Amino acid sequence: MTPPRRKRRRPQHQSPPPAPAVKPAGGAEKPGNPERLYTIAGSTDGKRAELDLVTLIVARSAPPLSASPEVAAVLRLCTAPLSMAELSAYLQLPFSAMTVLITELIQAELVQARAPIVRQAAFDRSLLEAVMHGLQRL
Amino acid sequence: MDFKGSDTIPGPRTEDHLPHTAQAAVKIVIVGGFGVGKTTMVGSVSEIRPLTTEETMTQAGIGVDDDYGSESKTATTVAMDFGRIQITDQLVLYLFGTPGQERFWFLWNGLFEGALGAVVLVDTRRLEVSFDVMGRLEERGVPFVVAVNSFPDAPHYPVEELRTALDLGPEIPIIECDVRRRASSKDVLLTLTRFLHSLALSGALT
Repeated sequence: MTPPRRKRRRPQHQSPPPAPAVKPAGGAEKPGNPERLYTIAGSTDGKRAELDLVTLIVARSAPPLSASPEVAAVLRLCTAPLSMAELSAYLQLPFSAMTVLITELIQAELVQARAPIVRQAAFDRSLLEAVMHGLQRL
Repeated sequence: MDFKGSDTIPGPRTEDHLPHTAQAAVKIVIVGGFGVGKTTMVGSVSEIRPLTTEETMTQAGIGVDDDYGSESKTATTVAMDFGRIQITDQLVLYLFGTPGQERFWFLWNGLFEGALGAVVLVDTRRLEVSFDVMGRLEERGVPFVVAVNSFPDAPHYPVEELRTALDLGPEIPIIECDVRRRASSKDVLLTLTRFLHSLALSGALT
């Protein structure tokens, strides 16, 4: 039996394709962004910190007395470093909603964000060696 | 949306807490068609119970057919399973099992762009399901290896026949695996890491 055949593609040296266009809804959304269904916080300027799924979040202080339940939950969970993905999972919030919430907490200096290491042109070989050794120990 | 009180939010078990010295994380993406074993693979190597992050998008956001106007939008939830492996006291590795359809990828900013690399998990009964994913990764310059999940009733092809069928260069590793087994899933991840290392040595990684 012969397997089906594929044709390989070449790198397109350009930025990733834009998100599929959507019609702006209610004026609050920029065209080209998917419409988010959740809002947790009253962030109106739309600015978000560059938060990746694996940005580690660490609490800088105990929850203030005035903290909302979700803020208190985040600060309690982040007494040890925890990724954005884990926060989204434990709090059962969509990742985009988590991003809005954490952006506010960073601005309020209640949490600290530790940026991930990303793939780049001059790849750090020692990093890959560390990952290999870590996997071998599993 | 009902939000439970903070006391009722489950968190990581105490033994799953990362040390305070954890400074940075890296990610590897496991991508493949529905039912190919992404979730099983994440679960078999993860040191924590696998978790799920969700994102919500409207039907219009899928971008397939927007002819019906905004009133026809319906919400779609896209879920992504992930696991975690602590590499050192400073470094953490996350594994994401992501849907094969590119239209979901933009929901998670930088999912592929920032990843060290990807594992394309294939099922030889439905080889063609993985074709588009591989093409997208090639276009984006994301390095990947191919892992063939061995299902008992799946046709078995020699690796070189698969390489020809998948039109993969000789440098791209193709590995057979049984993702239910931790040792096998670990081998796949090690194969990817060694491949990335060889790319780094040759200066080919962009």
